[in-house]
Amino acid sequence: MSDAIKAATLEYATRLGDDSVVLGHRISEWVSYGPFLEEDIAYGNVALDYIGRARMFYTYAAELANDGRTEDDFAYMRSDREYRNLLLMEMPKGDFAYSQVRQLFADVYYTLVLPELLQSKDETLSAIAAKGIKETKYHLRRSRDWVLRLGDGTEESHKRTQKAVDALWGYTHEMFDMDETEQMLADAGIAVDVSKLRTAWHKMVSDILTEATLTVPEDGWAVRGGRTGYHTENLGHMLTEMQIVHRSHPGCQW
Amino acid sequence: MTKPTEKLELFEVFVRSKRGLDHKHVGSLHAEDHEQALEYARDCYTRRSEGVSLWVVKSSDICASQEDDADCFYDPNDDKPYRHATYYVLPEPVNNM
Repeated sequence: MSDAIKAATLEYATRLGDDSVVLGHRISEWVSYGPFLEEDIAYGNVALDYIGRARMFYTYAAELANDGRTEDDFAYMRSDREYRNLLLMEMPKGDFAYSQVRQLFADVYYTLVLPELLQSKDETLSAIAAKGIKETKYHLRRSRDWVLRLGDGTEESHKRTQKAVDALWGYTHEMFDMDETEQMLADAGIAVDVSKLRTAWHKMVSDILTEATLTVPEDGWAVRGGRTGYHTENLGHMLTEMQIVHRSHPGCQW
Repeated sequence: MTKPTEKLELFEVFVRSKRGLDHKHVGSLHAEDHEQALEYARDCYTRRSEGVSLWVVKSSDICASQEDDADCFYDPNDDKPYRHATYYVLPEPVNNM
């Protein structure tokens, strides 16, 4: 592996790890606040899937970095400006409809991204994708189900779900952006060219929203910046909570 | 305010732990419908490799025998040991009867 490819793969694995850990943490904020016990357990399981996925990406990133850092350093010792996650993942949990709409957007995204990543020439990334594909199949089943129930539910649930769709739509464009780093890796057969996936994502999401009697928003405003470290105000607060125990007791073992 | 679970149906969950074994009752849960019950059953009862197959049944669809019927249901069999199959020696491979 050339130095340039190695450095880019490290950056790529970190980005994908950041997406997973941030979304996983946001979902975990529902634990003990779920609408009822069964859903609480089920959604908590999804959070665990994402945190497990983050660990795999970070472990690989640490291996590539080879500078003594571990997966924990990637998760707990970087500030918000060093995080490279997509903005969609860091948005606060909001109400239940908001979380499920975000989940649907993410699940459809991974439904398209992971089979591509499975084809990666990088064996580690491909292996992580293989595990993620199975998880995502189940995640999408759940979030699709919820968006249908809530969108085509009561007047109140419909209103809240539509509001969430409209509020989050502008954060979805960034998911399909490519930059130099990812383009170089895509050309080398390592990274996924996400710019080719927007049409399929739009079609899948639109079909589900329409079935849920919801309106698919027009593409208008778009917010970007996650991949370059320019985040919304939400990430700093989230990381403070996520990192405080690790940072308060450096090197603590139990 | 009514609790969310008061509006939900109760389902009984059955898990087949491995091929060749029967489905066993493992517990119950609340869900909106069969589809959702199956998903929650997966999350509540099979996350640690407990099963290869799941059944969910609406609790209200189960017709259960009553305590009062115990006399006429079960007692008459107690003195008829020839009805039991325990006298037969089973071949080795049949280990799950």
